[in-house]
Amino acid sequence: MTAALIEARHICVQLGTQEVLHDISLQVAPGEIVTILGPNGSGKSTLLRALLGIVPITRGKVLRRAGLRLGYMPQKLHIDRTMPLTARRFLSLPLRHDRAETDAMLARVGVPEVAERPMTGLSGGQLQRVLLARALLTRPDLLVLDEPTQGLDQPGEAAFYQLIDEVRRDSGAAVLMVSHDLHVVMSASDRVICLNGHICCEGTPRVVSSAPEYRALFGLGTKGALALYQHDHDHDHTHDHGHSHDHPHHDHEQDHV
Amino acid sequence: MTTGTATTTPIMITSRTMFDDFLIRAALAGIGVALAAGPLGSFVVWRRMAYFGDATSHAAILGVALALALDLPVGLGTLAVALAMAVTVATLAARGWAMDTTLGVLAHAALAIGLVAVSFVPGARGDLSAWLFGDILAVSKADLAFIWGGAALVLGLILWRWSALLTATLNEDLAAASGLNPNRERLILTLALALTVAVALKVVGALLIAAMLIIPAATARGLARSPETMAALAAVVGGAAVLGGLGLSLGADTPAGPSIIAVAALAFALSVSLGALRRGG
Repeated sequence: MTAALIEARHICVQLGTQEVLHDISLQVAPGEIVTILGPNGSGKSTLLRALLGIVPITRGKVLRRAGLRLGYMPQKLHIDRTMPLTARRFLSLPLRHDRAETDAMLARVGVPEVAERPMTGLSGGQLQRVLLARALLTRPDLLVLDEPTQGLDQPGEAAFYQLIDEVRRDSGAAVLMVSHDLHVVMSASDRVICLNGHICCEGTPRVVSSAPEYRALFGLGTKGALALYQHDHDHDHTHDHGHSHDHPHHDHEQDHV
Repeated sequence: MTTGTATTTPIMITSRTMFDDFLIRAALAGIGVALAAGPLGSFVVWRRMAYFGDATSHAAILGVALALALDLPVGLGTLAVALAMAVTVATLAARGWAMDTTLGVLAHAALAIGLVAVSFVPGARGDLSAWLFGDILAVSKADLAFIWGGAALVLGLILWRWSALLTATLNEDLAAASGLNPNRERLILTLALALTVAVALKVVGALLIAAMLIIPAATARGLARSPETMAALAAVVGGAAVLGGLGLSLGADTPAGPSIIAVAALAFALSVSLGALRRGG
């Protein structure tokens, strides 16, 4: 009935005693790039993890298209130094891929030289690319990326987004990603979902960036960073959703951006 | 008299098997434990579960006391109590308890309560050092069957789940996103740990089981470039330590269990120095 690759219907997620996500509904269609934006603590990563079945949902449901292949890139990957693991071996966890495949994929993401290097010796940029390569090796219909440019400098970030755009064009995979980078993401996304425990607003980048809910969360243009500190906690946008929410909006940290 | 002895001796030899030699039984028992402890110990090292191994193996003493009091096989009692301890620790860890303190409390409490409980069992008191440090030279054929059966089960579990265990150890989110269940993999390791404790008790004793898990794996770390070679090398190092320790024990009349661990520790020191030399040169 639905052409969506993945669909959330009114999902809620509770971590401990706190409801982190409330009544989230969203869809990702084949081939589109959807970005989830929101301040720290707004539940972005939790939403991805709930969609992937990593954290349990307390209400609602997640529907996947039958046979959906997912490629997931986690926000962080800490590898204990006690585990000897080359990049090539990492790419074959848990499913084996042969040498030609892993070589081709490492070349595709621009780090052909790291195949035999230990994972713990990779730079931040190399590690992100290896993580992307692993996600791509499953030949995904949907790439799920959690802050893929975490820890990269500005040029590295721009190059990484360009790479994502290229591989998406090659493979036709849809992309669902989390970011708190406003500018790059706004230009590269088909659709933006603005999250703060619930969906504040969503739509094309242009629609979202002019929405009052978005402005309330991020402010305008270059003042975005500043606006976070001045975020108006009482902003009202219940008319958008037909539901009311009574959780406070003051849980994002100030070291954001 | 002399002719009688001459005629009976050849008959006795033909009815004997190699398992009748206590030294061969000891070596086989130790190697059986090393084969399971190497790969499992690698996971213990990767997951930083060293203290978890301590708590579980110390609980084995309580298992011994219970088994003796209830007249059950010691292996069964050890397995049950070690499993209960391992599941308790895993549950508390999942609930976010401070593991450093919790494990410190559980490991020592299990040992102390176990020793107190053993003192109530008539006849067991004298064997105390055997439970604490192992009694590998007294391994019977039945012990040998238990050890090899348990070790085969542990190895089988680890081989069967290898890729899933490795992925879940690396990152639970990646494992879950690949359709694996990290909780199930953790449970399999917990089960394997309890089995290994039950199997290794006779060989190195409750106090040194954790050493048998950790030292060979840590030794292999310096020499391995993949998880697979590390696990295999750990088994080899453990087996070599068993043979070396038994040799030391025979030659210098030292206690067998601690001798095995001492040889393993020596191998570890060599591996670390070798690694440092290689990096320096």
